[in-house]
Amino acid sequence: MAYHRITITVNGSDEVVDVPSNMTLLQMLREKLSLTGTKNGCAAGECGACTVLMNGEPVNSCMVLAVECDGASVVTVEGLSHDSQLDPVQEQLIEAGGVQCGFCTPGILISSRALLNRNPKPSEDEIREALVGNLCRCTGYIRIVEGVKKAAEVGSRAA
Amino acid sequence: MPSTSTLGEKTKGVIGVDMPRVDCHEKVTGSAIYTDDIQFGNQLLHARIKRSPHAHALIKKIDTSKAEALPGVKVVVTGADFPKRIGLYLKDKYIFARDRVRFIGEAVAGVAAVSEEIADKAVDLIEVEYEPLDPVFDAEFGASPEAPLIHPDLADYEVPNFIFPVPGTNIANHFKIRKGDVDAVWDQCAAIVEYKFRVPHVQHVPIEPHVAVAKMDETGKITLWASSQSPFAQRNLIAKSLGISESDIRVIAPYVGGGFGCKAGVTMEAMPVAIAMKAQGRPVKLRLTREEEFYTNFVRQGLIAKIKVGCDKDGKLLALQNTMYWDGGASTEYGVNITRAGGYSGTGPYDVPNVKVDSMCIYTNHPIGGAYRGFGMSEVHTGIVQCMDMLAEKIGMDPVAFHKLNCVEGGDIIATGMKMHSVGLRECIDKVAKSIDWGNKGKPSAPNKKRGQGVAIMWKAPAMPPNAGSSAWVELNEDGTVTVGIGGQEIGQGSFTVMAQIAADSLGVPFEWVRIAGPVDTQYSPYEWQTVASRLTWSMGNAVRGAALDARKQIIDMVAQAWNENPEDLDIKDGTVISYKSEESISLKDIVVYGIPKPGFEGWVGGPIVGRGNFMPTYVTGLDKETGQGQRAVVHYTTGAQAIEIEIDTDTGKIDIVKAASAFDVGKAINPSLVKAQIEGGFVQGMSSAIFEEMKLVEGVMQNPNFVDYRIATAVDVPRSIDAIIVETAQDDGPYGARGIGEHPMVPTIAALANAIYNAIGVRVTNPPLSAEKIYLAMLDAGIVK
Repeated sequence: MAYHRITITVNGSDEVVDVPSNMTLLQMLREKLSLTGTKNGCAAGECGACTVLMNGEPVNSCMVLAVECDGASVVTVEGLSHDSQLDPVQEQLIEAGGVQCGFCTPGILISSRALLNRNPKPSEDEIREALVGNLCRCTGYIRIVEGVKKAAEVGSRAA
Repeated sequence: MPSTSTLGEKTKGVIGVDMPRVDCHEKVTGSAIYTDDIQFGNQLLHARIKRSPHAHALIKKIDTSKAEALPGVKVVVTGADFPKRIGLYLKDKYIFARDRVRFIGEAVAGVAAVSEEIADKAVDLIEVEYEPLDPVFDAEFGASPEAPLIHPDLADYEVPNFIFPVPGTNIANHFKIRKGDVDAVWDQCAAIVEYKFRVPHVQHVPIEPHVAVAKMDETGKITLWASSQSPFAQRNLIAKSLGISESDIRVIAPYVGGGFGCKAGVTMEAMPVAIAMKAQGRPVKLRLTREEEFYTNFVRQGLIAKIKVGCDKDGKLLALQNTMYWDGGASTEYGVNITRAGGYSGTGPYDVPNVKVDSMCIYTNHPIGGAYRGFGMSEVHTGIVQCMDMLAEKIGMDPVAFHKLNCVEGGDIIATGMKMHSVGLRECIDKVAKSIDWGNKGKPSAPNKKRGQGVAIMWKAPAMPPNAGSSAWVELNEDGTVTVGIGGQEIGQGSFTVMAQIAADSLGVPFEWVRIAGPVDTQYSPYEWQTVASRLTWSMGNAVRGAALDARKQIIDMVAQAWNENPEDLDIKDGTVISYKSEESISLKDIVVYGIPKPGFEGWVGGPIVGRGNFMPTYVTGLDKETGQGQRAVVHYTTGAQAIEIEIDTDTGKIDIVKAASAFDVGKAINPSLVKAQIEGGFVQGMSSAIFEEMKLVEGVMQNPNFVDYRIATAVDVPRSIDAIIVETAQDDGPYGARGIGEHPMVPTIAALANAIYNAIGVRVTNPPLSAEKIYLAMLDAGIVK
């Protein structure tokens, strides 16, 4: 297996990583950088648990090869809070009771942050649409949507 | 009655209050550790499993030589290496198949290699020769004498005395109720409904797939890290099957990314342990792919139910007959008890004088059935509650009035002969009916829409061995904070938070002072049977309350001795011991570890404080094999009701849920917000299973093992809001009167939706999934649309 040296900015920090050709961004984050907040739920781009921001856009990191990320900027759930200050979507998801088992939570938070970055005042339908690729089996989504709504109200902070 | 029960005691500000989850900060920052997140370094081996392509076949020969020769492969095992059976109730399963395979996906051999890619290649190199046998794909046929036998050795299997296999058949358990005489009263019925229902197999779909890592040290002691609802049961079952002692297996169970029953008992966790025993000290990790997750592990059993029910002219139920064929799959080690629960609760929550129930767990060549949120109750209620709706219409009664007339209430002698404890089921029915303005459905939002309302009720008891126990310890730290040791798991339901509330209140410290000792680790954590059956708040809650009260007594006795006061005059409030008599006070800080000095340097009193508590129900009795009658079949029932209003698009058959109300009698809501979160999440899981979900099994092959073809509800599919209603009729032996709620909210949903569909379009679509396609075709058949 050929290895490639890539340069990537992850949560604001520049990293140089040697990755095999077939390694996904998800594997690189978890195995090479020990950023295990991003979860592997299906490895097929269907559940959204591995969602990260890549150059500001939400992507399923299991569907992106690490070599494609050379020069890219990536934000994971670990990068949402700064100096122990939670992002409003994190705060409001807690407040609304939108966390249960927590396994879908990182992906939900990233998709929500991406939505609020491109649309700071989304309608309820727009929130639901933005989260359609993030499966959650515990909460029934209602409190998650509530949390994103409230995060929009209190104002967003770009990640 | 345990001494920990304190009904009527004034609560002190943390009970019945929406305290914040103790785990939410870790979970929103990505720092919460799940099993797959634990780092094992370069020595980690990756396991993959060779699986059967046949539904039913004899294994003639396994050749692993090519796999073993592949560079990077460290271990190859087959069933020949592990001769003892495993199973929670009926020991009918091997860790790796021996002699015979019984479903497509059954583990035949295991490989551990330095990478997943090499392990996958090695699996392909294992050659297995099979001799196919006739399969069984239908439970009703499976029960017949013509069906090929799937477990010819059933008579030899180890089984507890409350499970009744029928050797020489595929019936792994036959549970019966004979109460009164149904055949004598059918003639007296003014109306009778008779119907056959089919409920398909569905999958739990936790977002976190199963994962387990095992390692054996040089002395033969094993550590297993697993995403697990059952660290103690796993320790027990795996040890027995592998011929080692329970305490030589240590199970560490971090946060679970969704369980719903599929991570209870033992499924794939025994495989990495078995492989690790031959891996010379290297850790071995097995992580199921999403495809494997769909059909190689526990699934919810399919059900065929034939129901006949009759009432008198006033609508009062006279007789109920329920014959259930459960599709238990290739192994029924856990499923036999689901079918037992389906049997003893087989009337649904109705008061019926004459009952005949046959609940049969049938071996088939389908995936293995296991616990799934509700433990058989969603499946049972799907048919029973629809029959009640049909019967109400036949006798000319409103369904809500019919349910209120016939639902169980305190003092009723239920089908098993047990006297029902007090329940607030009628109150639940009233509240959901009021919430959706029952009887006044709204105008359709467009000419191509039809509206309907439906109601359903439910009951469910914790299904478990009669003596499933809990234990807890409560330890005080120098700073006055409290560490609570428990063996029950946080699987998303909020158990750690509720236990912290119970400990804080019982001990008299602020909620923020309480830490739960996690992750659950069988080496340090106190025993807990399993995190299943909606039993933790009630059972583990009693143990935690007992442990906290024990610690409290130790502290008060110590201070009383130091102050030369009577313990009855002392109390602990907000982390401070106070005397109502002398008006002295002292902070818990320091004294709970170092004790209190006596005056004049004359020594010390006290010492480090550790409280202990346990709980085990002692009053559950057996039931007669032929009649199902006994003093007390279960510990208690949680009951509830659901009412919904839907709109059906007649152009597509698509359902839109306009109003949804769900009420459950939880005894006491220790954390109302968490209770409501269970009610909402359970409703949506029930709705998802009702509308979308079905494992499409064709000749034993699952056709849809991915999220594109097996849809679960997404954010756009769910109602805008769900009116989650709490009713509180205290449980006599629950902490603060509490009983469980985790599973119940999804139980009535299929029936409530089916009844609403009928109310909307006048056509019965009875068998889930109640898909848009099925509804549209039913409307087409009935001439409602052209």
